[in-house]
Amino acid sequence: MRPARWKDVAFEQLTRLFALLVLGILAAILVALVLESRPSLDKFGLAFLWHAEWDPVQERFGALVPIYGTLGTSLIAMLIGIPVSFGIALFLTELSPAWLKRPLGTAIELLAAIPSIIYGMWGLFVLAPLFQAHVQPALIESLGALPLAGALFQGPPLGIGMLTAGLILSIMVIPFIAAVMRDVFDLVPALLKESAYGLGATTWEVMWKVVLPYTKVGVIGGIMLGLGRALGETMAVTFVIGNAHQLSKSLMAPGNSIASALANEFTEAVGDVYFSALIELGLILFLLTTVVLALAKLLLLRLARREGARA
Amino acid sequence: MLRRLIGAASIAAGLIGAPALAADITGAGATFPYPIYAKWADAYKKSTGIGVNYQSIGSGGGIKQITAKTVDFGASDMPLKPDELDRSGMIQFPTVIGGDVPVVNLREIAPGQLRLSGPLLAEIYLGKIRKWNHPAIAALNPGVGLPATDINVVHRSDGSGTTFIWTNYLSKMSPEWKSAVGEGASVNWPAGVGGKGNEGVASYVQRIEGSIGYVEYAYVLQNKMTYARVKNREGSFVAPSAKAFQAAAAGADWKAAPGMYLILTDAPGKDAWPIAGATFILMHKTQEKPESARQVLKFFDWAFTQGDRLAQELDYVPMPDPVVRLIQTNWKSQLKDPSGNPVY
Repeated sequence: MRPARWKDVAFEQLTRLFALLVLGILAAILVALVLESRPSLDKFGLAFLWHAEWDPVQERFGALVPIYGTLGTSLIAMLIGIPVSFGIALFLTELSPAWLKRPLGTAIELLAAIPSIIYGMWGLFVLAPLFQAHVQPALIESLGALPLAGALFQGPPLGIGMLTAGLILSIMVIPFIAAVMRDVFDLVPALLKESAYGLGATTWEVMWKVVLPYTKVGVIGGIMLGLGRALGETMAVTFVIGNAHQLSKSLMAPGNSIASALANEFTEAVGDVYFSALIELGLILFLLTTVVLALAKLLLLRLARREGARA
Repeated sequence: MLRRLIGAASIAAGLIGAPALAADITGAGATFPYPIYAKWADAYKKSTGIGVNYQSIGSGGGIKQITAKTVDFGASDMPLKPDELDRSGMIQFPTVIGGDVPVVNLREIAPGQLRLSGPLLAEIYLGKIRKWNHPAIAALNPGVGLPATDINVVHRSDGSGTTFIWTNYLSKMSPEWKSAVGEGASVNWPAGVGGKGNEGVASYVQRIEGSIGYVEYAYVLQNKMTYARVKNREGSFVAPSAKAFQAAAAGADWKAAPGMYLILTDAPGKDAWPIAGATFILMHKTQEKPESARQVLKFFDWAFTQGDRLAQELDYVPMPDPVVRLIQTNWKSQLKDPSGNPVY
């Protein structure tokens, strides 16, 4: 065998090893999580998922509050983050004067590089007091009076809680989603856009009917990236969510998320059941993220199939 | 080339290995005493050349590591119960005293002005007393202008020895707390928001008006927080101070406590602070490495005799002398090498 050929083979094997390593590590984490959460799995079974009680003294645990908190705060973050990111990307690619594009783009990337603990501290020391003094009283007065949905906005304004956590998360995911959206919007061939403009389309119509369909895979990918960050975010959420294992209708009330429960309680979790209940929380977060990613893939597949049918 | 590599590796190994040869001692556990253990270790290294490597990974982790014998001593803010100690073949002894202080955020109220009692604190933490001008609070505070605002309860979100002392005190003060919540490093809180660490609780209390929380005594001093006086067993309303903590430790009957299992809440004594507690060191009774055990004991012996000033500088309260003598007696009688000879 010639030396060059031998190197090719070695290189191929090496890259394959790296790729398989990812699968191996993923499997190892899953196995470790399942093994370590055995005492809790045995004791509580599936009921762990819908029990709201979290009592380390009596060793009775249920994951409903942290699951609700994780999904709730991520949902709030997405509801705020996606439209804002879309607007940012639209402005940067279509509307912004050329001299503003670079500094704005860099600013967004810088926002993505800020460590999450800084967001948490900023949330607790700056955003929460503002929220408590101005935003929450206004929300409670206006939206709190609504039937049904009003329950989401009732209670004393503490400044911290699910809503604040969701808001901080939205600020954290915006740079991710906006940067990806901007990059994929930039990839749309000028020819396509110019043809649409030539047919008399408005900027909105070009974005909505040409750019977005052309880039949907990338856009959904960016959103998933943001959602993944929101689901697993630990420090920033811990600072402002209130860390209370209480199920409350109100978004103003303190809650808990899976990641912050883990960060808070791991060091002093004495006893097998308590420890394994926390590990099981980690397992749930792992599965939750997997399910979310799988759903995104499914969505993309369906979109692709619909297109195939239309063509 | 190969030889050079080996040479470099052995030098590196030598560099890493060298301090270990000087018989460093290792410990792990509670975060509350970490600042003083680190300071003691530093001063001890300067005077004796022996290093103490203490990792503040939390009491739970400390208990796990000493049980697995990966460290020379473990540290915990919660004493192990005598039967747990016997089962794992360990002894424990207290090192410094700390305690919890209720702090509030109420405009117009000065530090030490508000007076509270144990049963009242339990009612507040159970979420039953929700307003500051509740008649039960007003009854203890004649002449103090209490606002009609909501009480916002703040507790620890992480497991902590501070919480253990607090819930132990509330359990002693209120049968309802004892049955509904109980005591532990973390509990199922009936009300309130959780802050991570003493600093988390302190910042929530300072942030949200009408809050009440509990923090380590040192945090009250360092952040100049508005503390409350608490009624002790003899009925006097004491303010938290080093003297009041020491009074709680001195009044306690350590001799009668098997395994030195003693929590200094609701301690007797006219000047005793009612919500005090000690932090503990755990060691195995039978020492397979008697030499390193001897080093550990020497270190704590030094800390008890020469470390008081350092402890006070960091706002910890040193153990009273009679208690130190009792600890040393326990070392002599209970710590043995494998052949049964005393280590100390």
